[in-house]
Amino acid sequence: MKVIKIDKNIWAGGIDSLRSGYRLFGPVMQGDAHEYKELTSDETPDMAYTNTRLSPKSVVFPQSEPMFTYSLDENNPEHHILKDAPKDYSPRAVIGMRPCDAKALSLVRMNFDTEEYRDPFWMNSYDATTFVGLACDSPCETCFCTSAGCGPYHEEGFDVLLSDCGDAYEAKALTEKGEKLLAAAGWTAEGDASVFEPKKAEAEAKIVCKVESSNLRGKNSLDLYDAPFWKELSFACINCGTCTYACPTCWCFDIQDENKGTEGVRMRNWDSCMTSLFTLHGSGHNPRDQKHQRFRQRFMHKLKYFVDKYDKGLMCVGCGRCVQQCPANIDIRTICNKMNGYEAAS
Amino acid sequence: MQNPYKAYPVRIDDIQVATADKTLRTFKFVFLNPEDEEKFSYHVGQFAELSIPGQGEIPIGIASSPSEKGFVMFTVFRTGKVTSHLHNMKVGDIMGLRGPLGNWYPIENLEGKNIVIIGAGFAFTTLRSTIKYLLEPENRKRYGRLDVIYGARNPGMILYKDELVEWEKRDDINLNLTVDGTDDPDWKYHTGFVPTITETQAPQGDDDTYAILCGPPMMLKFTKPVLDKLGYQADHIFMSLENRMKCGIGMCGRCNIGKELVCKDGPVFTLDKLNEMPEEDQ
Amino acid sequence: MESYIGKIKEISERLLNDGTVECVVGFRKGTVALTNEPCMITKASDVQDLVWDENCRLNLANYLTGRKEKIAVIAKGCDSRNIVNHIIENKISREQLVIIGVPCKGMVDKNNPEVLQANCATCLHRNPVIYDELCADLVEEQKEVDRYEDVRKIEAMETQDKWAFFEDLLTGCTRCYACKNACPLCYCPTCFVDESQPQWIGKGTDPIDIRTYHFLRAYHCAGRCTDCGACEAACPQNIKMRHFTKKLEKDCNELYGWEAGLTVDQRPPLDSFKVDDPDKFIM
Repeated sequence: MKVIKIDKNIWAGGIDSLRSGYRLFGPVMQGDAHEYKELTSDETPDMAYTNTRLSPKSVVFPQSEPMFTYSLDENNPEHHILKDAPKDYSPRAVIGMRPCDAKALSLVRMNFDTEEYRDPFWMNSYDATTFVGLACDSPCETCFCTSAGCGPYHEEGFDVLLSDCGDAYEAKALTEKGEKLLAAAGWTAEGDASVFEPKKAEAEAKIVCKVESSNLRGKNSLDLYDAPFWKELSFACINCGTCTYACPTCWCFDIQDENKGTEGVRMRNWDSCMTSLFTLHGSGHNPRDQKHQRFRQRFMHKLKYFVDKYDKGLMCVGCGRCVQQCPANIDIRTICNKMNGYEAAS
Repeated sequence: MQNPYKAYPVRIDDIQVATADKTLRTFKFVFLNPEDEEKFSYHVGQFAELSIPGQGEIPIGIASSPSEKGFVMFTVFRTGKVTSHLHNMKVGDIMGLRGPLGNWYPIENLEGKNIVIIGAGFAFTTLRSTIKYLLEPENRKRYGRLDVIYGARNPGMILYKDELVEWEKRDDINLNLTVDGTDDPDWKYHTGFVPTITETQAPQGDDDTYAILCGPPMMLKFTKPVLDKLGYQADHIFMSLENRMKCGIGMCGRCNIGKELVCKDGPVFTLDKLNEMPEEDQ
Repeated sequence: MESYIGKIKEISERLLNDGTVECVVGFRKGTVALTNEPCMITKASDVQDLVWDENCRLNLANYLTGRKEKIAVIAKGCDSRNIVNHIIENKISREQLVIIGVPCKGMVDKNNPEVLQANCATCLHRNPVIYDELCADLVEEQKEVDRYEDVRKIEAMETQDKWAFFEDLLTGCTRCYACKNACPLCYCPTCFVDESQPQWIGKGTDPIDIRTYHFLRAYHCAGRCTDCGACEAACPQNIKMRHFTKKLEKDCNELYGWEAGLTVDQRPPLDSFKVDDPDKFIM
């Protein structure tokens, strides 16, 4: 695939050229941290960020999203019939996305794009998006992507991967979508493909945090489920949704009807397996009534059930957000190592 | 591919109070667009989302049989926000139906076999669908012996009484009704819990005999060892489970047991399969 | 405060060894900078894991709710006041507890270890108000601190400015509920945000629902909040929701002369009635 050199003095101009053909999303400083948001016409993505607090999953999977509208007004001939909510699936692009977050979307896709069903909201947004990555030359100390099937120059899920080379970006076009975006931006100068390999090696060497997960696939699911450590590991957990909302691979959602007068919207909202309401039956019975049960579900899902179901590795990309943001210092690295090393007493 | 979250518009065609305590009602729905009935082609044991715009959705087992045309039937217990609203709706009201969802009792694979159907409480709905289907003349001849064991808390809580009375008269189905307890002197059927009645009334398990179970967790838990004792192999026992659900299509993430999603990989699992899955609640 | 740890371990080991308690609730060293992890120690040999420093922000009273065993709990001033709340509200009994008091010198800000956490900077109850053991001599309480300077600033704002201030304050809230889950007061079996019959608020990110959540939660804490700062310490978005609870704390102080969690002998003002209770705010 083609490599294009983008001189930084033509970067902002290229971004401006993209605005007419794409809705642009990128990292910008919001309060005290970087977050992804849709860029206004005078905003350019702030490429000098380490990582955003929330992942860019919201670009394809907003925290709250209308699915349908309906009328409860019986004078309306179509009352109580679901109508498609208005959607904008025109081309959009995320500029400056980290490799972990792009890989995360590829993993999440397996949930929303199945043989039997295709989630139209997630898939239409995903298909409409061109993903422009920014390789990580200065990873955070909580990053463990190289232990999670990913890495600072990982290309999976990207249409373009940028490497910051000081005065210029080297842009590797990985798909036709990516080539199209580069052309639309007016970036055409031939680049140097040879910069990627050494920079990749250098960046990977900076990721010192390692997590062991190689044994998980072979473990017996029931043994891990019944392992004695869950109560102890979950003691500090306050069962908030911080980890699930920050996580780029968490996709669980809730469906809620919201009415205003006789009009209403069927919404879907992010949900979290950490809450007791998530699994509460109508009868009052709750299979995950206890904190350690919910905690176990989260880690078993990411590190065992997903691994077994798809055989594509962990449902974790090592972005480290949950580690950094957990109010109680629950650390997925510790838990993964513990699960990986667990031998059930025979 | 059509939007799997979009419900077919339906009209409530009939509402019947189903139990003496009025906590269950049976609803018959008719599709507003006749072509939707074709698309809603279902198997016995599947469920659907009853979708009430403005209230939400609830996953409910389909109580009608695929052989019954022109309507789809559900029996619903009043418990939460959506079911309470549904119980107050009237014939003619418009709402939605989304599905059919989940897998089904694999009766197509059981031709020539004996089937024992064991149910308790509100969960008898999909079993009613199954029995109704099996008793159709063109179907009945394709199967061997048919036994049914159905228990309720008391006689007033028995669903589909009129049909049960009819079925009891037939000689091609062995119907065993039981209640946990009753002071009704005219009660002429069994008294006792389902597992106990199963032990004495169900046929012995063998290669050609299969069990289909649906009921509350306690009934399932205590019936399993009884079937084991009667010689049923774990892959000859089909159990239908329930869990809190939202999407019904395996995407929203809440109904899993281990790596299996009850809404999509289930709700029907063989006991064999269940033995490989973690027991939640622990 | 690191010097306290020797004594904390010594007391914990003794209590576990002589069977006075079944477990010790404290902190162990965190895996990331400026963070410690609440933990429960059940074996005397494990007391070596315990740590104490300026990063023990979470309120350990939160980990006592509804427990049945005999517990030793390490308690700084605010933790001890929430233990008092818990005792008053029957979330734990005094007899179950051995309180290992920590005379606190304040926690540091999770984002800037050079300064004290905001609530600690104006704290008037650094010493535990209730304890069975002490791990060090009591510290001198801060005097002449102005606890409500920030509240008065907001009170003085025009209505529109206030609205804008609160709107800005809650920007970024994802309703992860870390604030309420870190709060020892938020133990309702079903929080109002989870009620469906009736459903008090929507569950999405509509700003009205986000505000309603924060306002109502703050009111539920009125007269009970000890300003321990666990909510802000827990918030991954660094939202300063103490602006709400502090206003109510100030009102309780001014209207009823009440500070939460100082004594087990008196009910909080909002769950008791006196004929001379001020009622100007109703009229």
